[in-house]
Amino acid sequence: MTPNPETPSPWAMSRRGVMASSAATAAVASTPIAAAAPRTDAAKGSVPTASTKLTVNGKQHSLTLDTRTTLLDTLREHLHLTGTKKGCDHGQCGACTVIVNGERINSCLSLAVQHDGDEVTTIEGLGMPDHLHPMQAAFVKHDGFQCGYCTPGQICSAVSVLEEIKRGIPSHVQGDVAAQPAISDAEIRERMSGNICRCGAYANILEAINEVAGRSGDKA
Amino acid sequence: MRAFTYERAKDPVAAARAVAANPGARFLAGGTNLVDLMKIQVETPTHLVDVQDLGFDKIEATPEGGLRIGALVSNTALAADERIRRDYGLVTRATVAGASGQLRNKATTAGNLLQRTRCPYFYDTNLPCNKRRPGSGCSAIGGYSRQLAVVGTSDACIATHPSDMAIAMRALDAVVETVNAEGQTRAIPIADFHRLPGDTPHIETALATGELITAVTLPKPIGGTHVYEKVRDRSSYAFAVVSVAAVIQPDGSGRVAVGGVAPKPWRMAEAEAALPQGAKAVTTRLFAEARPTEHNRFKLALVERTLAGVLHETRTA
Repeated sequence: MTPNPETPSPWAMSRRGVMASSAATAAVASTPIAAAAPRTDAAKGSVPTASTKLTVNGKQHSLTLDTRTTLLDTLREHLHLTGTKKGCDHGQCGACTVIVNGERINSCLSLAVQHDGDEVTTIEGLGMPDHLHPMQAAFVKHDGFQCGYCTPGQICSAVSVLEEIKRGIPSHVQGDVAAQPAISDAEIRERMSGNICRCGAYANILEAINEVAGRSGDKA
Repeated sequence: MRAFTYERAKDPVAAARAVAANPGARFLAGGTNLVDLMKIQVETPTHLVDVQDLGFDKIEATPEGGLRIGALVSNTALAADERIRRDYGLVTRATVAGASGQLRNKATTAGNLLQRTRCPYFYDTNLPCNKRRPGSGCSAIGGYSRQLAVVGTSDACIATHPSDMAIAMRALDAVVETVNAEGQTRAIPIADFHRLPGDTPHIETALATGELITAVTLPKPIGGTHVYEKVRDRSSYAFAVVSVAAVIQPDGSGRVAVGGVAPKPWRMAEAEAALPQGAKAVTTRLFAEARPTEHNRFKLALVERTLAGVLHETRTA
């Protein structure tokens, strides 16, 4: 399925529909006043906005956004690409990791206006169920998750980690930082430390990344 | 997050002017620290001047044989530069010891120096903090202070500077280059760049309002063995409990700067002079005026033992 932000997938629509209708039911049942309360933000009409052009998964978007909107919220709430997840919203968990101009970043710590003209790849852009990216397929094969919430960020990070090693970016676990890094379990673990998995699927995540890297992992 | 207006600066002096002219304005580079603090309203700028288009993203050789690192060079690009890795290994080691891969891709060289403290009371807007709200008091003094500073503190503030990269820059005598709204430039030795808190912990650097960092320069390489040893509560992606940056020469002389212990990278000439006598002689001098709390007194012994390990490593290297 090709992601199309203008027409969200039936899955996204139905989930949103369910959430909206249950919220409405709750409001009617308990506090009708809350349901009738106006949204004051728009009424004020004074919220600063800015225009931003983004290319997301190969598709161009022109957006006018409240300047406060993070790249993460832009992807999820405005482009309806809900694969990218909001975990801590403070750059500590890595669930929001996306690839911008070829480098992984925490989309929660970036304002959308900072990315005018940038190219963004999200988990939907890496692959979809009928054409998985090799890293996505390896995570499925090796059971690299339990609840799955951190998984899109883990996969975007993992794809970038292999690219960073290929580009020779040094890491903390290298003995000689002047040398080119060599892929190892220790290198992968260190480079993936910005992605937290509370289910603790790290061992299987490591296996998945090793498989895509074409190696079998270090002997214990 | 409070509402703010946003502009992208087209040249450095215009950027400095835009911030100097507006008391609510702040520079925005990578945003990894500022945007985070804006979310919890520790930072509440009314206008952001984004400096990402100013072209300070190169590392160039200086006529003196050193390197001039553009203010916007990312932590990743800094650590990965061939010349930095070869001649200033301490900078690469310290930089890759900090943050995560994602953060290092976005965080900048100047922004790293300007990081705010990770003192938990600075982050909690319900509690007094002299750094966040001048004159309101310090919740850390008498509070839980295990992570906080042991030296260079005052009765107003015991926060640490959180940067790893800055500790390496201090050991290597980096110089911070700036420009102001009038177009005047100046070069600030890193020893004078970060200020001790005194009565004004909210003033953290020597920068004037609207003064913009354009580059950080490193003098010509000094050789020696470069070691950055960081002690933390987990083995990756955590701030330092303490860290030791050292450049040790074959004759046993060298340089030592310590992180995680003070409001700025902590280095003293008289302590370095004692390097041939061993770690204890160095740390006795570094911490002669230390005022640890009951929670962080352990840092004094931890730095001494970490330095002893570093010296042993360089002797056997």
